[in-house]
Amino acid sequence: MSASKSEPGSLATSLQTTPPTSPPTTPPTPQQPRFDFDWKPLVLVPALALMAFPFVDSPSTWLTLTIAGLAMGMIIFIIASGLTLVFGLMDVLNFGHGVFIAVGAFVATSVLGAMGGWTASPELWRNLVAVFTAMLVAMAVASAIGLAFERLLVRPVYGQHLKQILITMGGMIIGEELIKVIWGAQQIPLVLPEALRGAVIFGDAAIEKFRLLAVLVGIVVFLLLAWVLSRTKIGLLIRAGVENPEMVESLGYRIRRLFVGVFVVGSALAGLGGVMWGMYQQNVIPQMGAQVNVLIFIVIIIGGLGSTGGALIGALLIGLLANYAGFLAPKAALFSNIALMVAILLWRPSGLYPVANR
Amino acid sequence: MSDTLLSLTGVQTHIGAYHILHGVDLTVARGKLTMLLGRNGAGKTTTLRTIMGLWRASSGAVNFTGHDITALPTPQIARLGIAYVPETMAIFADLTVKENMLLAAPNARRASDMDEDRLKWIFQLFPAVEKFWNYPAGKLSGGQKQMLAVARAIVEPRELLIIDEPSKGLAPSIINNMIDAFAELKSRGVTILLVEQNINFAKRLGDNVAVMEDGRVVHSGFMDAFAADEALQQSLMGLAI
Repeated sequence: MSASKSEPGSLATSLQTTPPTSPPTTPPTPQQPRFDFDWKPLVLVPALALMAFPFVDSPSTWLTLTIAGLAMGMIIFIIASGLTLVFGLMDVLNFGHGVFIAVGAFVATSVLGAMGGWTASPELWRNLVAVFTAMLVAMAVASAIGLAFERLLVRPVYGQHLKQILITMGGMIIGEELIKVIWGAQQIPLVLPEALRGAVIFGDAAIEKFRLLAVLVGIVVFLLLAWVLSRTKIGLLIRAGVENPEMVESLGYRIRRLFVGVFVVGSALAGLGGVMWGMYQQNVIPQMGAQVNVLIFIVIIIGGLGSTGGALIGALLIGLLANYAGFLAPKAALFSNIALMVAILLWRPSGLYPVANR
Repeated sequence: MSDTLLSLTGVQTHIGAYHILHGVDLTVARGKLTMLLGRNGAGKTTTLRTIMGLWRASSGAVNFTGHDITALPTPQIARLGIAYVPETMAIFADLTVKENMLLAAPNARRASDMDEDRLKWIFQLFPAVEKFWNYPAGKLSGGQKQMLAVARAIVEPRELLIIDEPSKGLAPSIINNMIDAFAELKSRGVTILLVEQNINFAKRLGDNVAVMEDGRVVHSGFMDAFAADEALQQSLMGLAI
């Protein structure tokens, strides 16, 4: 018998405390800890957009560039969100993350190709069914590969950063070669479905339809991740695991299982991001994952390790800056991402919203 | 029912190239508070971490309620009914007090699933936990964090509480509150293994005592007898209670 099991019952009748689920009703006093929300990183995105406004010749061009930048940022966020959890929670430097992006994009070419009747239809809903089917299949394939990748390559090198870099880069090279075996080494066009081609005219600004879809998908992914992380027990465990995995184990949870789950979800998100990135570029090549990899690491370093919100802000900043710089000073666009990262790290050396301390 | 809840027999632990525990023999009696004393570096924290499986014993055996838990993974050891409060407190700073408590209740999916009577009892022991229920735990003071760490350990009934230096760095008034809380837990029959450097803390709370030196238990017995024997204290710890 556990002696402690009788503790509360014997005291319950004499206690007059507030019900536990109620928040404290007393107003904050000087003794109470201050609950300051760190709002400064949030204003960076609108600040960057406003700063660019005087340099762009017309409001319509500015609006077009801004929507294009936000769409690009949202796609980068989808890809990077998985890696920031993997990096933050598992302390795994997965340089092979790009292979899941490439796999997602190539799977999309196959699925959309097989659903040619649906993508060629002028009806938007048939196009969306095809795109969402491609997304689901790409996520399923990427998560299955992620599961194998974690088991075969990552698990033996937990806690060994140098080996992680080497083995995951090796994994990406193998992945790229396998893509060449299955789909060929050539560039494959990824044509947008009929109703998603062209632009919506908003005032004098032309906003590409696909970019609006990308923004919507990005918002849905962010809200879903934010809900899971802040409102569910699994999310609590992930956030706690990022901070102190050992204590999570001491509370009775198997952190390894959580690691695998997060890795698989991260791979699925990369697959989804691959579909979006492929449609954004309108063609796919086996090396596309490696090309995007650098961008993703810049985003999660800017955002702060383990932070989904930070990754969103970092991705939006990268997307906006790439579009503004590409329009205003094309040569500067080549190093604008690195310059942004340096500026952010000079201001906040651990990134915008660091969760994990590495 | 055996009076021994936890026993360590000849436990040796290596951390990398370092040989820390050199054959620890220790018993924790059910329903008692056992103080684990010793100088810095004697191996007290390593002993607790070895019990929890956070560091693996290289030889010897750890038995809990008659089961060999030496090679079990940490989550499984915790689920047998052992709660651990490390020296660092290991509060999840980015989570609220409520979320910290919820994590320690594996079967509760939301705060409303936690045992309300038990929470009321915890709130009475540690009022700060209720007061700052929806505040980020990282904003609490050191004493409040320590209270949260212990409250988290008892949010569900446990067979054994293992607590590492709960008074470390706390103001005397907070230490007194902590002593009262442990006395309350003791009076309810909770079994506790407590590492402590604060001699008054040890003297006021301990039923049994074990003293470690150089990775071994060099003395074990009743706390009253140990507290009365100044020569023994001097020889084992370099000071007297």
